[in-house]
Amino acid sequence: MNTQTLDHPELADRFNKDEARVDWHDQTLWWVRQKRDKAAHALPEWESLREAASQIKHNVLANLDEYLLQFEANAQRNGITVHWAADAEEHNRIVHQILTENGIPKMVKSKSMLTEECHLNEYLAEHGIEVIDSDLGERIVQLAGEPPSHIVLPCIHWKKEEIGVLFHKHLGTEEGCADPQILTGAARLHLRDTFLTRRAALTGVNFAVAETGEFVVCTNEGNADMGAHLADVHIASMGVEKIIPRREHLSVFLRLLTRSATGQPITTYSSHFAKPRPGQTMHLILVDNGRSIQLGREDFRNSLKCIRCGACMNTCPVYRRSGGHSYHSAVAGPIGAILAPNLDMAKNADLPFASTLCGSCSNVCPVKIDIHQQLYKWRQVLVQEGHVTAAKTVSMQGMTTVLSRPGLFHLAGSVGRRLMKWFPSLVNNRLNPWYKQRDMPAPPSESFSEWYAKNRKPS
Amino acid sequence: MKVGLFVPCYVDQFYPKVAIATLELLEKQGLTVGVPPRQTCCGQPMANSGFEHLTGGCNSLFIENFAQYDYVVSPSGSCVLHLKEHLHDPKHEAEAGHLRERIFELTEFLTDVLKLDTVSARFPYRVGLHQSCHGQRGLHLSQMSELVAPPFSKPVQLLSQVDGLELIDLDRPDECCGFGGTFCVLEEAVSAKMGKDRVSDHLRHGAEYITGADMSCLMHLEGLLHRQKSPVKVVHIAEILNSNIQ
Ligand code: SF4
Repeated sequence: MNTQTLDHPELADRFNKDEARVDWHDQTLWWVRQKRDKAAHALPEWESLREAASQIKHNVLANLDEYLLQFEANAQRNGITVHWAADAEEHNRIVHQILTENGIPKMVKSKSMLTEECHLNEYLAEHGIEVIDSDLGERIVQLAGEPPSHIVLPCIHWKKEEIGVLFHKHLGTEEGCADPQILTGAARLHLRDTFLTRRAALTGVNFAVAETGEFVVCTNEGNADMGAHLADVHIASMGVEKIIPRREHLSVFLRLLTRSATGQPITTYSSHFAKPRPGQTMHLILVDNGRSIQLGREDFRNSLKCIRCGACMNTCPVYRRSGGHSYHSAVAGPIGAILAPNLDMAKNADLPFASTLCGSCSNVCPVKIDIHQQLYKWRQVLVQEGHVTAAKTVSMQGMTTVLSRPGLFHLAGSVGRRLMKWFPSLVNNRLNPWYKQRDMPAPPSESFSEWYAKNRKPS
Repeated sequence: MKVGLFVPCYVDQFYPKVAIATLELLEKQGLTVGVPPRQTCCGQPMANSGFEHLTGGCNSLFIENFAQYDYVVSPSGSCVLHLKEHLHDPKHEAEAGHLRERIFELTEFLTDVLKLDTVSARFPYRVGLHQSCHGQRGLHLSQMSELVAPPFSKPVQLLSQVDGLELIDLDRPDECCGFGGTFCVLEEAVSAKMGKDRVSDHLRHGAEYITGADMSCLMHLEGLLHRQKSPVKVVHIAEILNSNIQ
């Protein structure tokens, strides 16, 4: 049973109360999807790149322990302090400890979905440490007191006018100003000041190279670099699945990542961090948080190939019309719907059902994760584990009884059609969710089987 | 060649004309088509809701009904995909395997097995084609926009041979309509919104009819059109291919 108060259908229903907004959200993301298509179609080798990426990740997942140890040894040799965190709690504690040891009360952070997954900001706030997100989109949702609604475009659900109101309140921009250039300028000044005054910077990690012990951070704003280069302490947090074996493999992923995400050929900054500069300390935290469990679940292992490009969200017709927050999980959309039940089945049992299984996600995914197949498989697991309402189980059992008995099926069919004809209000009522916005099909006077029995010799 | 016609449960009950058109269309190709009377449902509604373990009865019934045929044809991509992917029976696994290989959605059967190159039909209207996801992405009835690969479409190949038919372009040629089986009631808000958007793409481009190879999606779109009091009608592709409107 779901323990959160509202699940995906209810949250999506709320989002859909403002249809104009849904249209705008859908069109904005579709525009990103079209940019992705353009970029992908410009590379004739696109499908082989996807295959290569998928195979490299396959190899990584099959030998994850070895690559992690190799990475750790090389990173340590480079002068990076490597930490291991079994779960979100431990990750947060490690970050806190590093900050306390260095007497740092304020930290600047660049984009990292892992820290969202771990709820790091809340944890540090509770411990009296202030965190400023330096990615513009993340800063906006942070000011608004919301989690990101998209992994690449955290505030894609916000219109520029709304950002203007927010910035007027928090950053002192002129009232009514919705000019993106002016707003970005204001954010830039505000963040510059932050960069210059923070002594610790946390970044995410897009790829970590086992062969060299370096890690790569991709951003469009250069905010990760600005934070990391100015800070005395650089902390990098990564999920254990972010390892790639060799530097040469980066070429495959860097070509796929941003084309899939935004349609750009490459991120503006793809920065390699190999060792701390003189006087700086560099910490890297390797976080498991359920990943090894997922690795052990054969049907869901492939989900760990994800490079967090967000293409599956942009293409997902459900995501576009329900918004990121309806997934009530750090990673939203199709990929989130297969990652979240791994972390907490009861809380996320609704998510694998928030899909029509159209399969667009699996085919847009640059590392070829079989997302829609995993959604189907999660549904089976969730039902088996009892995360389904009793009413649904009863109705499914009833349906099975009727559908696996031809005599009963034809009887129920003809009775049903007759009832629908004589008493249309039986089905055309507000308790029938189909009828809310759609009419029921008009019941024909005879079924095909009845017609066939009359008109053809039975076979 | 022994061909069996599988009529999905909701087509049998609500859209007999689609099954009749399919039957007649196959017969026009010179085939003798068997219609086992004890057929019901492919089991997909349960399976997609997470109750695949309850589909054993439907599976054995399906095998019992169709194992004797060389080919099974059905006017519903979604049901065909489900059977191709999930038809199993521990007691009759060989037959299940045979059927998984030999079941075809109507348009792919016409183009790939019968290699039909002339359709004698006339349907003088502006028609929008709704490419259902399970047919398109699952059975690969047509190329999808996500992949970098040459375009093709089996339904278009057939429709373009229909006399008088004008196929309209769409802004989003392969966006899901939001039907999705039990999704259409469990996620009513999103489902209806997706359907409305799909319908308006067709309306914007002047469709008089919306067609497709999957009656379930069309039923959803029809429900919305009807509620909007739109004069635009839905019609299954079998009905177009079988029609001769002068
Ligand atoms: S699942 Fe695939 S498409 Fe979705 S974010 Fe991950 S890599 Fe990108």
